[in-house]
Order: sequence, then structure tokens, then C-alpha cells
Amino acid sequence: MADLDTFRSETRSWLEANCPAEMRTPPKSAFDVAWGGRKAEWASPEQKQWLDVMAEKGFTVPTWPKDCGGAGLSKAEAKVLKQEMRALGCRPPLMSFGITMLGPVVLEYGTDEQKRKFLPPIARGDIRWCQGYSEPGAGSDLASLQCKAERDGDDYVVNGQKVWTSEAHLSDWIFCLVRTNSDASKHDGISFLLIDMDDPGVEATPIELISGASMFCQTFFDNVRVPVNHRIGAENAGWTIAKKLLQHEREMLSDPGGSGSPTGARKRGTLADDARLSLGASEGPLPDTALRERIARLELDTLCYKATLTRSADGAKAGRGVGPETSMFKLYMSELNKRKSDLRVRIRGANGLGWTGEGFARDDLAATREWLNSKAESIAGGTSEIQRNIIAKRVLGLPD
Amino acid sequence: MSLILSEEQELLRDTARDFVQEHLSVKAFRAIRDQDVADGFDRKIWAELCELGWAGIPFSEEVGGAGLGFAELGVVLEELGRTLAPTPLLATVALGGTAVALAGNETQQKEILTAVCAGERLLALAFQETPRFNPEVVETRAETAADGYTLTGEKRLVVDGHVADTLVVTARSADGSVGLFLVDAGAAGLSVERTRMVDSRNAANVRFDGTPAQALGDPTASAAVVDEVLDRAMIALSAEMLGGIQESFERTLQYLKDRDQFGVKIGTFQALKHRAADWFCEVELARSIVLMALRGVDDAAPNLPQLASAAKARTSDVYIQSGEEGVQLFGGIGMTDEEDIGLYLKRARVTELWLGDGDYHRHRFATLEGY
Ligand SMILES: Cc1cc2nc3c(=O)[nH]c(=O)nc-3n(C[C@H](O)[C@H](O)[C@H](O)COP(=O)(O)OP(=O)(O)OC[C@H]3O[C@@H](n4cnc5c(N)ncnc54)[C@H](O)[C@@H]3O)c2cc1C
Repeated sequence: MADLDTFRSETRSWLEANCPAEMRTPPKSAFDVAWGGRKAEWASPEQKQWLDVMAEKGFTVPTWPKDCGGAGLSKAEAKVLKQEMRALGCRPPLMSFGITMLGPVVLEYGTDEQKRKFLPPIARGDIRWCQGYSEPGAGSDLASLQCKAERDGDDYVVNGQKVWTSEAHLSDWIFCLVRTNSDASKHDGISFLLIDMDDPGVEATPIELISGASMFCQTFFDNVRVPVNHRIGAENAGWTIAKKLLQHEREMLSDPGGSGSPTGARKRGTLADDARLSLGASEGPLPDTALRERIARLELDTLCYKATLTRSADGAKAGRGVGPETSMFKLYMSELNKRKSDLRVRIRGANGLGWTGEGFARDDLAATREWLNSKAESIAGGTSEIQRNIIAKRVLGLPD
Repeated sequence: MSLILSEEQELLRDTARDFVQEHLSVKAFRAIRDQDVADGFDRKIWAELCELGWAGIPFSEEVGGAGLGFAELGVVLEELGRTLAPTPLLATVALGGTAVALAGNETQQKEILTAVCAGERLLALAFQETPRFNPEVVETRAETAADGYTLTGEKRLVVDGHVADTLVVTARSADGSVGLFLVDAGAAGLSVERTRMVDSRNAANVRFDGTPAQALGDPTASAAVVDEVLDRAMIALSAEMLGGIQESFERTLQYLKDRDQFGVKIGTFQALKHRAADWFCEVELARSIVLMALRGVDDAAPNLPQLASAAKARTSDVYIQSGEEGVQLFGGIGMTDEEDIGLYLKRARVTELWLGDGDYHRHRFATLEGY
């Protein structure tokens, strides 16, 4: 423990010396946290500076080994780092699918060469990754995917289409599930490939969402050549890796305040604050008792949910890893976030009905867009129905 | 304190589980019910529980207790909740005993708690006056008398009031303050009417008519103590409810795996799978908040009232949901007295409404949080 105390005080002084003042204020929008990549647009010079010093220390991916761009910290040390960052109000230096999804499976399944090639650029924020799983015909039934990779010498030749690829237009590389054997059963013919989106034949076109944003794309592959050594794991053994990655994704999506939650990046007032403003009730019990009850219900559910995360973390400390119970977190968190976003609009009444322009405050407009965006929570990363299927089968052992 | 059980707590759970399965099974509960045992519980088994030290779990070693906490008390209550075991543990230890431990002076603590730990005295906490839980209504009056006080008023839903040797009673003094008072079972002007509730447990309607009483500690200083006692009572009750929730869920889940219809197990139907999955989430959330609240007592959490309401709101909602889902998914047999699942629904109803249901606690939580 003495070591941990030393680590804590060293880390604190280092953060104090190195975190620019601008990076110690709460992010105002999702753009205030860096996602990196070749096409990155920096919100400020300090944002870039903060990323660079953190990356140099290995603190963007603190628990990864040093030769993979990390700091080789133990879980306990990483927790201390997180606590100290929170204490000083430091923004996360970098968020990305590389960190939360791809990295962990490359560490588990990649060769040493692949680790050294792909992980350090993720840690530095040089390369931004997107996820090429879903296809027009393969969503919940992901294993029925058709995007094809045929062997040609030391390369695969990839042809097909992915869809709903989040931020593909801002990304540099894509991790893809492709079919390498059409004769095998659907789970047994899939491989996990890493593809450079600058390669000839790759094209990503944005799709407009109900919220007006265009955060995801259709991604096309037309005779794209991918070296065989960009395959993670054995040929046709990609499904296991794919599922493992989904567990990491669901874990990320169940972290309140994590990058997966639309409201997570932005610090906002409480629902009760919003209600006071909207109702013009400066003190005492909220006069709209139905609203008050809804707020209390949501706050209590959130408290119970957080208690469950804490319990799970305490369990992990005692040696339990990431398992199918992440489906429970994903399921509950999605529904909670949807309810919260819904309530923010409901509280606002007429002020929550704006789309653009005059007559609406920025914050109110944002609440409306967030409400629409929040609908994705129970769809992306496996729908709520699919999470229920997984819980029923893997956790409760109910028969097929 | 960690939200998972320590090794010692796991050991306690295993011991408790073994004991409860052997001596306090649902079958044993049915026997007490069917014979209409006047006490509503088995005194021989209670004596054995006290010998195991359960009655003294949260009390100090000076009074013969184990010097442990609510975390441990909760472990045992959960096991008792699993089999619907009727014992005085909740009323005597978690409610009455806690009141004495928090509000009593040294002499009272020594005398009463020593007897409780030894299994020689049963307690009950008499606080409720209105049909729905509303602890702010205290019309029972405490008047000063030659050597102590006299109480006048009525209480209802006094769980285990019919067997209590000492009643711990909330009453209002002439200056308007609410305090705690002790009344002996045989006291003059005291009438105790045993009631049989829907869950086959007993509570009493209690009338005080100039009944002699002793103040528990300083009656004018104990208004806040009443709230503290009730917070702990809610948390302890939630722990018992958690056991019933877990058990009714597991029994139903097993039924989904056993029962055939349309040539397949009913657990293959997706409509039922999804209900089970949602129910599972609720059970897990209930467990987390109960563990957090139990530990909140031991760690003197500053937001203990909020944790108490969070735990009781959750377990109230989830237990009644568990009872209802259980009966529904068992189908016709779920409606029969022979099948145990209905017993859980009945216990759920009583524990839900006792000490405040979900609606009450959401309202209280909002008030505590300042909105
Ligand atoms: C904002 C957002 C971002 C996304 N980002 C990415 C990304 O970066 N990369 C990527 O690969 N994908 C991404 N996705 C795609 C996402 O993973 C899929 O949308 C999701 O898996 C559902 O597939 P689908 O859209 O084809 O719906 P379908 O599978 O067609 O589902 C339609 C409905 O049927 C239900 N359903 C389907 N099967 C079952 C079943 N067995 N039992 C019960 N109900 C069922 C579903 O729950 C749903 O309600 C994203 C989606 C969204 C909304």
C-alpha cells in the first residue's frame, strides 16, 4: 500500500505540472474530448498538448504493457490514476474504439508483431479505428454476415458492404468481420481483419440520423487487398474474437459517464435543477408531483444501478472477469439513459420541442437532439432484445 | 466496505443456510401456520438461534453480543427470508433491539440487550397508527407520572407485539416532541390483540390506556433517534425481503426449465425468457442496494436515510413483482395453497406495505434530496 501511496502522490504532482488549465474544465460538448486519428481536428492547442504528454507517459492506456504504448500499471494503480484525474477535474486525454474495443482483443489474441504494430498508434491517438461488424442483412444475426475475403497469395481480397459504421468517415482503419469460408456453418467461416481505410477500394458515405447528425456510414469494399498478417487470430476463428470484443463494447456502453453514453461527456445540472427552472419553483418540493415522482424513480434506479457496478467491480477485484453479465449492464444502462433523455425533454415541455434556430436556448435544443440520439442506446452494440436473449441463455441457463 | 461478502460473512451465510434449511424450512413454516401456533414461531428453535449467537449479532460484547454489524445481520435475515422463516429476529433484534441500542441509557442497554442476546426477552416496536405507513403521525400521548410516564393511544401492525415481553413505543410528550418509551407486557391498561395477517404471520393491535411506561433514554432528545431506528428497520427488513425475492426468482426459473407445454420446456418461449431476464436485472439491482444500505449502517454513511429509502423502495417493488410473476409463470398450480410460490406473494404484500412501499419511499427520497 505504501507503494500505492507513493504512486498516488507522484501521479498527482505530475498531473498538476502537466495538465493544462484548459483541460481541467468539464467538457462542454463531445468535441471537447479528443478521439485522435489522421483526420483529427483539435478543439484547442491544449487539447493536443494534453494528449501528447499523457501518451508519452503511457497514461492514455495505463494498463497496457509499455512496449504497446501503455504504462504497464496494475489495476490498482490505474484506479489511482483515474481518481487523481477526477480529483483535479482532468478531461480524458483520448477516447476511442481502439482503446476500449480493439486494443483488449489484440492484447489477448494478437501476435507480438501485431501488438507492436497496431497498439502504440492507438495509445498515441495517431490512428482512429471504427467497427465493421453490421451489414444490411446482418444486424442482430451478426454471424450471417456476407462481406467476403478471398485468399490470393499473401493477401485477402475483400468485397462487400458494412453499414451503421460509427464515425467511419473520421476513421483511419476499420476492424472487420469477413467471411473466409462460405461452406462452413455460419459461425465457423468468419475471420477478424484489420483494414486501412486509405487503401484503394474502401469508401465510406455518411447516413443522416433522426437527430440530424450523421455519425455513421455505409462502408463499401471493392477488391480491397489486405495482407494476411493483418488478420487477428486464426483463419475462420474470428467469431470468438468478435464476441469477446462485443463484451468489451458492452462494458464500455454500461459505464455511466463513459464514452458510450451520450450525456456522459457533458456535465449537466441535475434533473431536479432542470425541473425547478422549467416550473419556476425556486425551493421546496417540486409542485408538479408527477414529474417529481418520475425524477425520484429515475434517480433511485440510477443509484441502484451504480451500486451494482460497484458490486461488480468489488467482485472483479476478488478475481471475476468480464462475462455475460455485461449484457445486464448494457441492457439496464441503455434503458436508464433513454429514460433520462426522455425526462429532460418532458421536463422542458414546450422548450423541449425545438429543432433549430430562434426562440430556443442552446441547452434546450441539445436536450431534444440528445433525446433522439438516446434511442440508439438500445440498438447499437446489440439490441436490448438481444441482451435479454443472452442473459436468458448464458446467465440463467434457459433452454433454446 | 466491499459490496461482496467477506470470507467470514460467507461462512456465516453457509452456517445460516444449513440451519435454516434443516430447522426453518417452508415446510416448518406451514406446520406452524396449519397448527395455528399461538406464538407464531417455534420457541425451541428460537432458543437454538440465540445459542448460535444470532440474537446478539449487532450488539456489543459487553451485553453478550457478537460485536458484528448490520452486514452480518443482513446475511442471516436473507437466509430466513428465503424460507419465509417466522422468527422474532426482525422485531426483537433489528427493530426493538436497535431502538434500545441507539436510544437507551447505559442501564437500559445492559439490562435489556443482555436479556435479548441470551434469548430471554422478546421485543416489539410499536410505531404505526395510520393504515398506510406515515411515521409523522404520532397521536399516542406520553404524560409524566410519579415514577415515569403513562401512555395513552393506539398502535397497529405491531409485528410480534403479541409475544413481546417489552414494547418499544413512539409517543408524543406534552411539549410536542416525539420519543421512545418502554412498556412491559403485563402493564396495567395495556391491551394487546393478536392479528393473523395474510402471510400467516402475527402482528398486534395495541391499546394504551394510562399505561405505565419508562422513557427509553431521554424522550425529548430522541425525535431524531426514531428516524434512525426506522431507517435501520427498513434496511433490515429489505435484507429479509431480498431472500424472498431471490428464492421466488430461483424457484420460478427452475419451473421454466422443468415444465413442458407444446412438447417443449416453457423456458424456451422467448416471451418468458425476456421476462426472466428483466426480472433477473431487478433482483441483482435489489441485491446491490440492500448490501450497500446494510454497509451504510455499519459505516455510518451520511446518506443513510436515502440508502434506507432506496433499499426499501426497491425491495418493495421487486418482491411484489416477484410474487406476481411467480404465480403467473407457475400457471394454475401457482394459485394453489399446495404450491409454495403463493406464500412468497403473500409475504411480499405484507413486507411491501410495512415500513413504507415504493411510492412512499420515492416521495421520501425526493424530500431528502431537496426536491
Ligand atoms: C448509433 C448506432 C451506432 C452503431 N455503430 C455501429 C458500428 O460502429 N459498427 C457496427 O458494425 N454496427 C454498428 N451499429 C449497428 C448495430 O450493432 C445494429 O443496428 C444492431 O446490432 C441491430 O441490428 P439491425 O439494425 O440490423 O436490427 P435487426 O437485427 O434487424 O433488429 C430489428 C428488431 O428485431 C429485434 N430482434 C432481432 N433479432 C431478435 C431476436 N433473436 N429476438 C428478439 N428480437 C430480435 C431487434 O431487437 C430489433 O428490435 C450501430 C447502430 C446504431 C444505432
